[in-house]
Amino acid sequence: MKSKKINIWQTKFILPALTESLKKLNPLIMISSPVMFIVELVTIVTTVIVVFDIVSGRSIAFDLQISLWLWFTIIFANFAEALAEGQGRAQADSLKKNRSESVAKRILNHGGTEIISALQLKKGDMILLEDGDTIPGDGEVAVGTALIDESAITGESAPVIRESGGDRSGVTGGTRVLSGKITVRITANPGESFLDQMIGMVEGAKRQKTPNERALNMLLISLTVLFVIVVVTLKYFAAYMGVHVTVAILIALLVCLMPTTIGGLLPAIGIAGMDRLLQYNFIAMSGRAVEAAGDVDIVLMDKTGTITLGNRMATEFIALTEGKEKELFHAALLSSLADDTPEGRSIVVLAKEKLEMRGSDIRAPEGSVFFPFSAESRMSGIDWNGHRIRKGSFDAVRDFVSAKGKQLPQKVQEIVAAIASEGSTPLLIAQDEEILGAVRLKDVLKEGISGRIAKLRQMGIKSIMITGDNPLTAATIAAEAGVDDFVAEAKPATKLELIRNYQEKGHLVAMIGDGTNDAPALAQADVAVAMNAGTQAAREAANIVDLDSNPTKLLDLVEIGKQILITRGALTTFSVANDVAKYFAIIPAIFIVGYPQLRILDIMHLSSPESAVLSAVIFNAMIIPALIPLALRGVRYHPLSASALLRRNLGIYGLGGLMLPFAGIKIIDVLISMLHLV
Amino acid sequence: MMQLKRSILVFAGLSIICGLIYPMTITVVSQVIFPQKSNASVIKKGDVIIGSEIIGQLFTRPEYFHSRPSAIDPPYDASNSSGSNLAPSSAKLWQQVKARVEQVRKENSLPSNIPIPADLVLASASGLDPDISAEAALIQAPRIARERKIPESVVEKIIHQNTENPFLGIWGMPHVNVLRLNIALESIAVQR
Amino acid sequence: MTTGNWLCLILFPLILTIMAFPMGEYMAKVFSGGRSFLTPVLSPVERFLYRLFAVDPKEEMSWKTYALSLVLFNIIGIAVLFLLQLIQGFLPFNPQQFGAVRWDTALNTAISFGTNTNWQAYSGEQTMSYLTQMLGLTVQNFTSAAIGIAASIAVIRGFIRKSAAAIGNFWVDLTRTVLYILLPLVIIVSFVLVSQGVVQTLSPSIEATTLEGGKQVIAVGPVASQVAIKQIGTNGGGFFNANSAHPLENPTPLTDFLELLSLLLIAAALPFTLGAMLKNRRQGVAIFAAMMVLYLAGLGVFAWTEMRGSPLLEKAGVASGMNMEGKEARFGVVNSVIFAQSTTVTSCGAVNSMHDSLLPLSGLVLMFNMAIGEVIFGGVGTGLIGMLSYAILTMFLAGLMIGRTPELMGKKLELFEMVMAVVIIVTPAILQLVLSSVAISTQAGIASLGNTGPHGLSEIIYAFASTSGNNGSAFAGLNANTIFYNLTTSLAMIIGRFSTIIPALAIAGALAQKKIVPVSTATFPTTSSLFIFMLVCVVIVVGALTFFPVFTLGPLLEHLLMAVGKTF
Repeated sequence: MKSKKINIWQTKFILPALTESLKKLNPLIMISSPVMFIVELVTIVTTVIVVFDIVSGRSIAFDLQISLWLWFTIIFANFAEALAEGQGRAQADSLKKNRSESVAKRILNHGGTEIISALQLKKGDMILLEDGDTIPGDGEVAVGTALIDESAITGESAPVIRESGGDRSGVTGGTRVLSGKITVRITANPGESFLDQMIGMVEGAKRQKTPNERALNMLLISLTVLFVIVVVTLKYFAAYMGVHVTVAILIALLVCLMPTTIGGLLPAIGIAGMDRLLQYNFIAMSGRAVEAAGDVDIVLMDKTGTITLGNRMATEFIALTEGKEKELFHAALLSSLADDTPEGRSIVVLAKEKLEMRGSDIRAPEGSVFFPFSAESRMSGIDWNGHRIRKGSFDAVRDFVSAKGKQLPQKVQEIVAAIASEGSTPLLIAQDEEILGAVRLKDVLKEGISGRIAKLRQMGIKSIMITGDNPLTAATIAAEAGVDDFVAEAKPATKLELIRNYQEKGHLVAMIGDGTNDAPALAQADVAVAMNAGTQAAREAANIVDLDSNPTKLLDLVEIGKQILITRGALTTFSVANDVAKYFAIIPAIFIVGYPQLRILDIMHLSSPESAVLSAVIFNAMIIPALIPLALRGVRYHPLSASALLRRNLGIYGLGGLMLPFAGIKIIDVLISMLHLV
Repeated sequence: MMQLKRSILVFAGLSIICGLIYPMTITVVSQVIFPQKSNASVIKKGDVIIGSEIIGQLFTRPEYFHSRPSAIDPPYDASNSSGSNLAPSSAKLWQQVKARVEQVRKENSLPSNIPIPADLVLASASGLDPDISAEAALIQAPRIARERKIPESVVEKIIHQNTENPFLGIWGMPHVNVLRLNIALESIAVQR
Repeated sequence: MTTGNWLCLILFPLILTIMAFPMGEYMAKVFSGGRSFLTPVLSPVERFLYRLFAVDPKEEMSWKTYALSLVLFNIIGIAVLFLLQLIQGFLPFNPQQFGAVRWDTALNTAISFGTNTNWQAYSGEQTMSYLTQMLGLTVQNFTSAAIGIAASIAVIRGFIRKSAAAIGNFWVDLTRTVLYILLPLVIIVSFVLVSQGVVQTLSPSIEATTLEGGKQVIAVGPVASQVAIKQIGTNGGGFFNANSAHPLENPTPLTDFLELLSLLLIAAALPFTLGAMLKNRRQGVAIFAAMMVLYLAGLGVFAWTEMRGSPLLEKAGVASGMNMEGKEARFGVVNSVIFAQSTTVTSCGAVNSMHDSLLPLSGLVLMFNMAIGEVIFGGVGTGLIGMLSYAILTMFLAGLMIGRTPELMGKKLELFEMVMAVVIIVTPAILQLVLSSVAISTQAGIASLGNTGPHGLSEIIYAFASTSGNNGSAFAGLNANTIFYNLTTSLAMIIGRFSTIIPALAIAGALAQKKIVPVSTATFPTTSSLFIFMLVCVVIVVGALTFFPVFTLGPLLEHLLMAVGKTF
């Protein structure tokens, strides 16, 4: 995976983020983060108190320091958000740069072309692209084939082929035509492309809160309300016991108790999650899709292209009767001429080789009629000279032949079984009612695929392979790759049905697709990843687009989805666990003068009541910048069992969150008293 | 509306079952099967009711075993029931307990350093506690013997005979019913 | 502590567990419509009642209809009880000729019994006629308990149903609870109580001439039938002022044991009912275990402080400083401790000792039990609801920490369930803090205090913790029979009750509509000990964070000041 991580700790990111964090102090902006909004309100109150102190000539040293540190708390939180936005913007900018300057050759109605700026292109425009042109916007190849360099988007240097008609027709704005001449139909208006959407999300402008984020926000608000009440009522309870607690100290206690750590870092975590997606060359239509990726427990994978390396190749012809090899080669060649699939082409190549006519231009004979491959007939062929030559799967050809009342020779079955048992795919070639022989199509597993599938299983995700192959072939590949289940002889509608069935049982299903006939299934899946190289229909039905067009990257997607949730959960736990130590610092500080017996609660032995309160406030403020790197990077996900993962995170963030502030507050207290701040 | 009508119907129905049929049935059956117990276990002397076996009484005379302090005003008024509800940190409680300890020591001619059984100087929860602990009874034994001019061993024997052990040997505290102790003392007096 | 004391502390929870399991299974059978050994006897009665009530037992209700029926029914009961107290002087079964109850006391009592709180601002034997005790209070003891149980069953259905719109029929759940669960139990308990000396008569008070020649009037009445249901239904409202400390309500250690078992039985059985209905008994065991851990932890601290006695008493000359103030001789300290712990963890509120006179740290444990919202077994039904709300909160955090949308028992937890669970958990806490702070800073609030200093604060906190949590026990030194307290505690009780039950039904409705997520290795098992541990931690942390300051100023400070010999 090409990770284009940007080092955020540079002046050029930090300075603008600082400015931005001051701008974000505007209460109208703050209100989108309710917890920090309340902190801002009470901080304003402390500032007013300082002003009153000055006017009435009281000492301001303590109140001023409290007030300042509360302002810092807010600014640190804003800084985290601004930094994450800056990181996203930097990433988006590098993508945007590629196409802003580009121009396009728009094909006019009468056939000529005009040169216009890429920004003027509208959905439905047809443009012409030749060697060296930069593709000005997202689109679909309408005519022709070209070699395209997508490194600007994907970072992958090897060029890819994009051609009309098949499942590799999509092109992305910002990529470059190396060679070939193609006509592209533009599929997005300016500002509406996938990239534009993604840029909007990482810049925070279009970021909508995900369901989990909204629920968490609600929890944080409830905690805040609860603590407001705890603190306000404390004033009256203390008054009954003859202790007067100042408003400044009550506010200090309130802010320390409020979940400011998670409340302050929550926006940054969400934005950083989007940034990470971009680093991995994913474009998500919504944050919701990314979170759902973390929940997925079933993945449907096409065998071809996902589990096996691209396409099956014809490697061998096996004639039914000896001596009739030539006829077989010819029939195979003719039947595949019109077969545009990679398998078809590989048969043509192999047949030419066998017939020793490599390089010669073979054309369809005069008067022949092509019988194109369709998903329903699962055969292709040619009608020529009164003969009907067909090539297809065992079932299809058997039906074709037996429709004419002919029985299959025993040997056909043997050959087919032999090929299939080796994990290859047999295709039968028939001329009229006679079966001439078989073609062996061989599958090659992608490197490392079984390791990745095993990792999915560790994450609790079941992988299901879908293939049009016969069960035997499918089983062999499935066993080799280590998938949990497979569906053989699948028709296009099978995927949709399968997804519906699983969803009915409560599963969350992810599906990776690229073809137009994947679109209905993609639209149904909870997480639908379309390959960027796939058809426009597939990309539109999906909610995540993979710029690398690398199906095995689903694993990274799942990890990113989980990481976002884990980071939120861990920091919430940490934030709440922190409160215990803060209570032990502040409560004795408030009451120790009136009731020296409460000294037993001062387990940190802080130097003075003022120093105790200030230390807690400073700790509370400083923990935010200290955790920014974690918020931006995300808590690491380990593919462990749920219990082991929880135990680990509870140990680090729960127990850690309980202990750390005791040490932190003590250290700050020592420093404060050394500096004579109070 | 339909639910409102049902609410009224169901409420009326359940009221009759739970509020009349149930308690009436229990009352009638109890009166038949447990006539003594269901009528507050009263003890009679001739035709006169001298009290309930399980409701404490106030004893002030030295020849009777004394019950626990009662927080009801007047003490052991069984038309009411209540504890003192004084906090353990209450100054009033502290004064009361010190006074009661002194009084118990004085009444029983005990040296001033002898700890007094807690139940004898602390008010019960109901204010009607019929029992005292076995220790609280034993500490009063010498006084009773002296006042009634009977051997202390007789008094102690009465206490042991009347000591009720906890349920299953563990549930509760060994305790003695004061009224029954005092009735037993009376019967000795009559026998003589 | 003696061996006997230890045995009590160990054996009682064990016996409770052994009895709760079959009870839970039985209740599951009752509410799943299965046949039990009582079916042949009771099903004709049940069918007759449905005809009488014009109820179609096959009708299913949405959560809104369920909640509406429940609220209507509850309010009618409260209104009737209120009126009954006002007109009792004109009605029969009133041998002591009590007149109308004061309006604010009557309102408070009506709400109190209607909400399963049974906070008693009045003295029963001096206020209520026999008819009010039976037709008013006893009826509410049944119905308020049945409402709670019905609501919890509806919540369980929310978890077991999938893609369903309905959560059951309130009238059926209510009727079945009364017929199959409450009545059989209370009839048995009533007779055992009578056989031990609990009074059950309609005759007027007894007048006695004591051994020393004094006059003693002994209040009596139909006591056993009411005590049985107030324990079984975790109601707690005693016939007499002294409640289960009164010798005529609780005459022997045997009745004490039985009353204790009764007050915990249904609440402790409901987690097992959950397990049985989910067809995942380990889930029931896990919830039960979390409750039991919290119960035992509190019991341990409580027994340890109370058995140590009071340093002040020891100084005054009391043997071992044993704190017998407000305790009965036949029960002693340990049984009073187990009873007090049990009555405050469940929302029963029946007492066999006066809690106000317990040592400060003991009082702290009791207040904590109530302040966290009555979830350690809790009130019948509402306890399970409360604990499940904490479980929702726990699994929300746990789910995030393992990187999945949180789920509990196969149901995804989303914004709506989160909000409702938080309402259930936080509302009682907010209520008690706000109302306590109002009481502590007004003359009307302070004037009622029976004790001063930190214990005065504790009295007020206890009152609102008890009423918000629908417990009903009291630090009874506080004179609560004033207009101020009658109205404020009424508010606490009614909000405390409905802020638990209505959101719980809403959760049930929302969950029932969802699919059930199948278990995979990425699912965090909510039957594991880690879950139990985390659930217990969440309950303690939420409680501690909310009440740390006020418990510091009340019971903790009282304890520390007492240790240095200070009294108030």
